[in-house]
Amino acid sequence: MDIRDLSVRELSEALAKKEVSSEEITKAYLEAIEKDESSPEPIHAYVSVLADEALAMAKEADKKWARGEATKLTGIPIAIKDNINVKGYETTCSSRILKGYKASYDATVVERLVRQHGMVVLGKTNMDEFAMGSSTETSAYGITRNPFDRKRVPGGSSGGSAAAVGGKLAPVALGSDTGGSIRQPAAFCGCVGLKPTYGTVSRYGLVAFASSLDQIGPLAKTVEDAAWVYEAMAGHDPKDSTSLEHTPAVKLEGNLKGVKIGVPKEFIIEGLDPRVKENLDEMIRKLEAAGARVAEISLPHSEYAVPTYYVVATAEASSNLERYDGVKYGYRAQASTLSEMYVKTRTEGFGPEVKRRIMLGTYVLSAGYYDAYYLKALKVRTLIKEDFQKAFEKVDVILGPTTPTPPFGIGEKVSDPIAMYLSDIYTISANLAGIPALSLPSGWTKEGLPLGMQLMGPALGEQKLLDVAYGIEHLR
Amino acid sequence: MADITLSDVEKVAKLAKLSFSDEEKEVFLQQFSRIVHFVEKIGELDTEKVPPTTHAVEKWNVLREDKETPSLSNEEIGSLAPRFDEGHIIVPKVKNA
Repeated sequence: MDIRDLSVRELSEALAKKEVSSEEITKAYLEAIEKDESSPEPIHAYVSVLADEALAMAKEADKKWARGEATKLTGIPIAIKDNINVKGYETTCSSRILKGYKASYDATVVERLVRQHGMVVLGKTNMDEFAMGSSTETSAYGITRNPFDRKRVPGGSSGGSAAAVGGKLAPVALGSDTGGSIRQPAAFCGCVGLKPTYGTVSRYGLVAFASSLDQIGPLAKTVEDAAWVYEAMAGHDPKDSTSLEHTPAVKLEGNLKGVKIGVPKEFIIEGLDPRVKENLDEMIRKLEAAGARVAEISLPHSEYAVPTYYVVATAEASSNLERYDGVKYGYRAQASTLSEMYVKTRTEGFGPEVKRRIMLGTYVLSAGYYDAYYLKALKVRTLIKEDFQKAFEKVDVILGPTTPTPPFGIGEKVSDPIAMYLSDIYTISANLAGIPALSLPSGWTKEGLPLGMQLMGPALGEQKLLDVAYGIEHLR
Repeated sequence: MADITLSDVEKVAKLAKLSFSDEEKEVFLQQFSRIVHFVEKIGELDTEKVPPTTHAVEKWNVLREDKETPSLSNEEIGSLAPRFDEGHIIVPKVKNA
């Protein structure tokens, strides 16, 4: 038995039976991370590894198990995306502008999972700079490689978290999802990734990208593992003014009989890779054989989701990223006047994709363009949200591919921003509508590349969503 | 909508407190124009009677209890700031004499 093959549930059971200690589990992962980093084509899932601290946390967790004070997550290692604060350690968002910034407080999710449940932080994972990207190639600290093909990207922006779980460098991880940043890399790295309903998981301590779209969620080996972590970190938080009074309780039975599943006809587009289409058809056949009722549905405004997103998200980002000016924390460029310091700090501190998005966001919010772009996009957002409300009157969940293609090659889309943006074509609308969505592994291409399917549910519909996913997971 | 010009790029860069070399501006102009045209697709839709959505989940007037709670100490702030002296964050002068 290799410790690193075990799910969170299996690790938890082994800990409860004293078959293994948290220290042993943590050591196995730390050794694997070190070995990977010194290999010729490393996955490089982490920007910082908390080796000594992780071992200390693991020893503490073992004491909790011995004293009978453990929860089912105590002593389980977790990797945390580098835009989520862990007090005392660097939060860089994979940007030069935050190099050396040590978080002065814990994110609420860290407070709950690490301080309360006693999960062990292995390290902070690599990401696209400020979560802006779909391949983890915009990181200022080197690229992350796909664990199943080192010439390909792991997806993004939570590419480090997905590659850590898919590459057996963490049993479970946290990511953040603004337009698909948990689900798209989960699909590319063969793991389960959940973007919960907006407002169910506190954003306190998550570095803001687009505040009306951002949501933290788990990346895991199994649906059950994702559900466990989701349950443990969700729930109202007074520190996040958008947090909902909602405490989820997920029960997994995998019931597919009679479940109404809709497949949007708008998702069958020209750019859809035939291998992904075939995988979807196969999935539909299996679901029907299991007693689910699959029907074609329509989300008529689907084609407007990506352009709407790039107005809304960049507008919010341009405003959120104003705070990086070199005054209070992070990088500061040498300059003789204050205004020169602002410009030089930001010009030297931000990478090209972040600058592109700040520019677009500033443009759409600027005088004379606000109504035509920003206000217009907010109205189209309403239409997209209504499409889903109408669809969920007829079906329980919506099924489709997570991404139009299997993982693409390193460097393949870096020079074409729009091609990169279109890799999130299926995931973006769930953020605009605020609804929960997850990606789960659905098979492999002949070349051995992972494929993922996306399920979407109505707001606060995590129970049904996870249960259907659990059912699909157990079909194989 | 009008094409993006070099002066638009310069104006937006100034608002965003970013600077670009002449060479970067050229590349940027191309990409920026394409991205702006790409997002202009939303203009096709009639949204005359559609209300805007600012948040996926609407919540209004979320206030915390009016109670004092500790914030970061002077020392903690000092450890984060690039330059800090005697309880103050030091920045370059606002204007050259």
